[in-house]
Amino acid sequence: MVKMLKAGFYTSIQDLGRFHHRSQGIPVSGAMDSYAVTHLNKLLENEENAAVLEITITGPTLEFTEDTYIAFGGAEFDVQLNGIPVKDHKIHKIGKGDVLSYGTLIKGYRGYLAIKGGFKTDEILGSRSWFKPVTTKGSFLKNDKIPYTPETLFSPLLSEVTLKSHLLDKELTVYKGPEFDQLSAEQQGRLFSKGFTIAKENNRMAYQLNELLEAHQLSMLTSATLPGTVQLTPAGKLIILMKDGQTTGGYTRALQLSEESIHILAQKKTGDTITFKLI
Amino acid sequence: MYKYPVSIKQFGEKAIIIEWPHYVEEAILNDILQFSTSLKANYLKNNNFELVTAYNSLTLIFYDTNFNFNKTKDFLLGCYKNEEQQILFKNSVWKIPVCYDEEFGVDLLEVAQKLRMTPKQVIKNHTSTTYTVYGIGFLPGFMYLGGLSKEMEVPRREVPRLKVLKGAVGLASKQTGIYPQESPGGWNIIGNCPFPLFDAKVEIPIFVSVGDKIQFYAISKSEYDLLKIEIEIGIFTTKNMLANG
Repeated sequence: MVKMLKAGFYTSIQDLGRFHHRSQGIPVSGAMDSYAVTHLNKLLENEENAAVLEITITGPTLEFTEDTYIAFGGAEFDVQLNGIPVKDHKIHKIGKGDVLSYGTLIKGYRGYLAIKGGFKTDEILGSRSWFKPVTTKGSFLKNDKIPYTPETLFSPLLSEVTLKSHLLDKELTVYKGPEFDQLSAEQQGRLFSKGFTIAKENNRMAYQLNELLEAHQLSMLTSATLPGTVQLTPAGKLIILMKDGQTTGGYTRALQLSEESIHILAQKKTGDTITFKLI
Repeated sequence: MYKYPVSIKQFGEKAIIIEWPHYVEEAILNDILQFSTSLKANYLKNNNFELVTAYNSLTLIFYDTNFNFNKTKDFLLGCYKNEEQQILFKNSVWKIPVCYDEEFGVDLLEVAQKLRMTPKQVIKNHTSTTYTVYGIGFLPGFMYLGGLSKEMEVPRREVPRLKVLKGAVGLASKQTGIYPQESPGGWNIIGNCPFPLFDAKVEIPIFVSVGDKIQFYAISKSEYDLLKIEIEIGIFTTKNMLANG
């Protein structure tokens, strides 16, 4: 078990997502920055879809009750193991009673903690990713416990990796959205001429942008949306749907982010700047 | 033969959207459902994709790493062209209980006044229409229902409620629907459905599919309370609501 001595701002269990249920209105969910998760699971020689902890801005303090191996990455935090600073993207051996504590956030927004074999919370509809009301909880509270299978004899092929970091990238590569051609020349031009800043309304469902486009009266019938769909409201507001975003929507779909851009955006916080670039 | 002119667009890295003419029409919805049923049965036999149908569009999301837009587009157009005019998909008709008691129908009186009807007439109209499910989304299990009669159109509340009960049955302009879980909302609430529209604990968490028909029937508060218990212990199930078994 892992005991949550402190839960952090918004800590949840995520894997790569819950697929094949969109037609029932169930969002995909899963790690916002799946690039980070995939590499941590590879390092620990886990299954691709092993469940990890997603940590947002303020991380947790965790106590382990059994032996295991962990690796953490994604956003850069000051992390200590029993009071001693430890490195990211590196395998750390954990013993009974060890305490891992997240300190200051240095770079990025969402960190990930992977464990040998993955966290063993309940799998619901093919995924362990937390999303209320599909799962009973949305994020951890103090004193919550997380099950895992103890491991004492793991000899990893690699003990650490160096990754190309996307934490400071600002450019989001995009495709034209299904309604892009209905936008005015001015609206289309503004999307690519200058940058945008992230509004305070940003979470696992969607990221809103501060700068407005020209208002419009385009209307459409409700249709599918995906993680990374950039919606344009009649008032000119841009909303980028993320992993917990709704599966259908009625707002004009201006752009669609590439998979890589979703990982980049997942590491952005209120006030950060991004630009769009057409593929 | 193409039954309708369709347009096919790329939707990001791995998805394709096929759009039918932009109308809310049952014939269009049925053509889409027939095509998607045929795709699943005849062409896309692996499980490497998923489909989302809503109103006039069909979105296909592929999990194949070597997804190629142009190839897939030609392939889908070919499938649609060769489509035979046989009805493959079968829809269900659901009779869903709703309690319009004032305890739940908090806006019923106001709605009736706005519509120049009595509350009884509102209930009668609401329960005598057969609705079509044009889409499922917004919240897990939320149905976009079409077919509300014109005299029942009432605007959204000016100030949305921070908390609308799970199961709340609402009206908002051309739409009627059920909140599958507690959430903020601006619809006018006229009743409550005791049966959960979304249950993550069962294999198919939502019993309704796009294309199905919905009819509501009125139950009293005491029937509502009894049904709640029967649903809880499993005496009253989705089978009790299926009208065209």
